[in-house]
Amino acid sequence: MTQRIKATCAALAVACVPGLMPGIAVGDPDDDSLTINGEIAIVTEAAAPAHTENLDTIYSGWRFRTDETQAVQMDDFDNPGMIGVENAMVDWATADGAAGKSCADCHGAAENMAGVRAVYPKWNEEQGRVTTLEMEVNNCRENRMDAKKWKYTGGDMTDMIALISSVSRGMPVNVAIDGPAQSTWEQGKELYYTRTGQLELSCANCHEDSYGMMIRADHLSQGHINGFPTYRLKNTKLNSVHARFKGCVRDTRAHTYKPGSDEFIALELYVASRGNGLSVEGPSVRN
Amino acid sequence: MRTAFGATAAILLTVSTGWSEVVKPQDVTYVEGAVETSLSGAPGDPILGAEVMNKGAGNCIACHQVTALNHLPFHGEIGPMLDGVADRWTEAELRGIVANAKVMFEGSMMPSFYRTDGFIRLGDAYTGDAHGDGEVQPLLTAQQVEDVVAYLMTLKEE
Ligand code: HEC
Ligand code: HEC
Repeated sequence: MTQRIKATCAALAVACVPGLMPGIAVGDPDDDSLTINGEIAIVTEAAAPAHTENLDTIYSGWRFRTDETQAVQMDDFDNPGMIGVENAMVDWATADGAAGKSCADCHGAAENMAGVRAVYPKWNEEQGRVTTLEMEVNNCRENRMDAKKWKYTGGDMTDMIALISSVSRGMPVNVAIDGPAQSTWEQGKELYYTRTGQLELSCANCHEDSYGMMIRADHLSQGHINGFPTYRLKNTKLNSVHARFKGCVRDTRAHTYKPGSDEFIALELYVASRGNGLSVEGPSVRN
Repeated sequence: MRTAFGATAAILLTVSTGWSEVVKPQDVTYVEGAVETSLSGAPGDPILGAEVMNKGAGNCIACHQVTALNHLPFHGEIGPMLDGVADRWTEAELRGIVANAKVMFEGSMMPSFYRTDGFIRLGDAYTGDAHGDGEVQPLLTAQQVEDVVAYLMTLKEE
């Protein structure tokens, strides 16, 4: 916010005291509301949780997209991300690995996963660390199915995350940041505000200080992950959270972290927590 | 078009050209955010500068709007609009802002275009890989900075 006011002051070539110019609205999100299939109401705007210190209101990335892009997500028949969900439904019911088991053998219907997406990443007591949904899927594959693990950002994995997300659509994101998860959350916060690469930009520079503004042809959102996996019209596939993080860090001309790395797990917990209160939306549609 | 100082400097500098005159990024002297003399030892070319504003390493319009460049699509709005910028700043100040805006504007989001050290997790351009041991190149060459500054000096409204 300080940055926005500073830039505005410079633009007007006037001396101004930031404190006296609160809440200058620059290219804000639109006013549309989102209901999927005419029945799943999605919260795309909410009061920022107390720990999302520098924002008053949080908005889903959906609110920053054009009407055309928004429309694609409003009906599952139009949403190409649902093809990934269908692929994953096949995997869900198909035995794989030496134990001869499928996901369905242990978990029953995929709908039983309702609520799960909303609380991940999450502290895993047994492993003594914060785990992501992808890690839990691979944990089942390796240790319960005796199957080969999937590539962290691979198609099989991202489709499966889309399936697990889809059955939680409309539920509020609610990741825990206290207790044993707190130090991971702190690490993620540190990463969020670190200005990386030759362009020296942090996540916050773009998604906190500048959301609502154009950066070249892109309308910057607050960079929430409630909509992941995201079907992007730009690369015509489902994109996972860590793949998106990698792309954003790469764009600062930085040496990126690896998908599945401790850094990205921590960053995911932190970024997810900034969106506590928005609905789970995945698979969403973005450009 | 130029300030009195800029014109004098340009005349003086045209006699001594060549690489030996290039000021290295780590040797640039900032006085209150401004840089007095040409970094390349030569005057800038505003026509080449306009190209740097658009794409490649400069890409200034990713963040700034410039009415004179309206034929190019998609101007960003992160930084101030640059119309009339030469009325607000001297050539030396503009050189300092382009070379390292963080001296003039503490904590600025604007990248430092003529600086080669102090980065966190410096990458190899946009590959996402680490930079490696090779010499770090600034985002713009000394001459590109001069070209951009020469272009900015044409943005007058008064
Ligand atoms: C140079 C600017 C820039 C930086 C720095 C940046 N991003 Fe982004 N990010 C973008 C743009 C542009 C988009 C696409 C438009 C949008 O959704 O905001 C985007 C999109 C995203 C999205 C997708 C949002 C959605 O609704 O689908 C997420 C998540 C995200 N960024 C997270 C991050 C994180 C985390 C970091 C830091 C590690 C980061 N970004 C750093 C520019 C940036
Ligand atoms: C990532 C965003 C970004 C990019 C890229 C960028 N700038 Fe800036 N620029 C800013 C911001 C933000 C400011 C306002 C200063 C501040 O408060 O930080 C600024 C300020 C300026 C100013 C002072 C303007 C005034 O009216 O006071 C000039 C001149 C300028 N930029 C020129 C350039 C040029 C030339 C380039 C490319 C070589 C460039 N900028 C690239 C963000 C950017």
